Amino acid sequence: MSANAQMATKYKNNFLKEVEEQVEMGEWVKMCMQCGVCSGSCPTNFHPGWEHPPQEIFMMIRAGKREEVLTSPSMWMCTSCYNCIVRCPRKLPITHIMHGLANYAHRLGVAPKMQPTRSFAKLFWNNCVKTGRVNELKLSVGLYFKDGLSQGIRNGMAMKDVALGLLKAKRLNPFELFGGHKCKDQNGIHAMLKKARELEEKRKALKAAA
Amino acid sequence: MTAIVATNETILVVGGGISGMTAALEAAETGKQVVLVEKTAALGGRTSQLYRYFPKMCHPTCGLEINLRRLKANPRIKVLTLAEVTGITGGSGDYTATVRITPRYVNENCTACGECAKVVSTQVDDQFNYKLGKTKAAYLPNAMAYPQRYVLDASIIGTAEAEKAKAACKYGAIDLDQKEETMQIKAGAVVWATGWQPYDAAKIQPYGYGRFKNVITSVEFERLADPHGPTRGKLLRPSDGKEAKNVAFIQCAGSRDENHLRHCSRFCCMASLKQTHYVHENFPEDGKSTIYYIDIRAIDRFEDFYQKVKADSSVTFTKSKVARISLNEATGNPICHGVDTEGYHRYANEHDLVVLAVGMEPSVKGMSIPASVAADSSGFIEADPLNGGIFGAGCATNALDVNRSVQSATAAALRAVQVVNKVARAEA
Repeated sequence: MSANAQMATKYKNNFLKEVEEQVEMGEWVKMCMQCGVCSGSCPTNFHPGWEHPPQEIFMMIRAGKREEVLTSPSMWMCTSCYNCIVRCPRKLPITHIMHGLANYAHRLGVAPKMQPTRSFAKLFWNNCVKTGRVNELKLSVGLYFKDGLSQGIRNGMAMKDVALGLLKAKRLNPFELFGGHKCKDQNGIHAMLKKARELEEKRKALKAAA
Repeated sequence: MTAIVATNETILVVGGGISGMTAALEAAETGKQVVLVEKTAALGGRTSQLYRYFPKMCHPTCGLEINLRRLKANPRIKVLTLAEVTGITGGSGDYTATVRITPRYVNENCTACGECAKVVSTQVDDQFNYKLGKTKAAYLPNAMAYPQRYVLDASIIGTAEAEKAKAACKYGAIDLDQKEETMQIKAGAVVWATGWQPYDAAKIQPYGYGRFKNVITSVEFERLADPHGPTRGKLLRPSDGKEAKNVAFIQCAGSRDENHLRHCSRFCCMASLKQTHYVHENFPEDGKSTIYYIDIRAIDRFEDFYQKVKADSSVTFTKSKVARISLNEATGNPICHGVDTEGYHRYANEHDLVVLAVGMEPSVKGMSIPASVAADSSGFIEADPLNGGIFGAGCATNALDVNRSVQSATAAALRAVQVVNKVARAEA
């Protein structure tokens, strides 16, 4: 293999293409000019877990660092404040790309297991698609017990005054734990979600074929 | 008012900056009749407001002086100052322009002795120094203004101040009865050289221009460095007059930004590289410049200049566009916040002064050129056959430095000459 061909193989990667096809708004990643305004504008201020700022993630995608990007907790740290989108000189929808990447990593099953945003998102989604309504009691109880039984009891005890206050004000119905209220057309919701997923798959297949 | 003799073999040049002057001179030196219309009270435009040029670091006064000598020696050019073109009708080879002339209140008798300025006490914003200082309401537009004639600011007309100025003039040069005039000028071809304006930095909200006194623009910094400027050439920052020894330059302030100007303004990288010289020269011991950039666009032969600045140990380059500026209330120092691209380190750097390398916006943008002329998405005039005998020149056509503006103006003059030659042949 010639030196040229060797370098070409080294730098050749399909990850950017994969992101463009599979990730929502992924086609924008190539537009980043690495100015750094998104990272500098991010209020999460590199909290623990925010390893790679958006600008670095875009560069990693282009460099083909598939595993590092998809297993990173970074994009799960986005709080959707939209500061980056507002300021981006190239108008990249950075917030949406972050969510798109997180979602894609989750679907592939490679997203970090203990990432709290991911746990909450899963809990919320499963909770609300079941009956078409968010069951707040089940959601908060589920969140309390996410790290085991004893931690769950401790969390519950810490919040007991708030719960009693809500109960008194009739803002909390303990019977919601059993079934709970539902939307009128539960099957309709499920059919709609199924259809949406089909459409999405179709769109991605079209993109991949193009 | 002297009558203007103009025919459809005359070339009308709109704008008396470096491009307009060049186009007018080049056309007149081929033997054509030229009318040069300038909106302000003196020729020279933004070039005359520069302290020095890149890359040779020479003074614009030198180049302008050469042009003024050519102009004075050439009887074929008629210069109108304080004049604005408000409408153009007709077509190629046969245009009629309407020109509005604002009164100067000073006639040709003026010898620029300055007696009127001595007796007037009212002060007005100094436009030549980007309002960084004040000037008397009877003023010479700038030290090497052409024409060398004073101007009375309209705000003192009808007051005792104006009468005082009139009484002080030994030459009968002050004429308080001058009125706004409108005239029609015939022309075969028009060169549109209305230049540029610095992008309004206050629109870049996170940088705090207008809120933080020590955040200024590159054109203002140019005036600070100039011995004729408001600080007599000393780099003193606006908030407290302290020496600005640690200066930050922020590139692409408004340029290459879909939220502001979509184009690259081309001259700002070189302007900031040049301005690091000013810091170094003012404070050879402890001057410090930091350039925040996305990428340095020192095009073609300017690469050498860039390499020399890079070798200067007082200049630091940080590859990052600053995300926002905050203020240290105690010191008045602006703090630049961002993340650098080489390592992704978050920084918060304090500086004495921040200079925004603002982008170039065509003056024609938003203003309807009084004729149908094609413009691109940034508002620059495009070369288009539909423009007929109207040709853009200099920064009205593109973001250009002085050198390239002169080239563009010479090209426009040649096209205008071709049009009037055709008219002349048809009439012969």
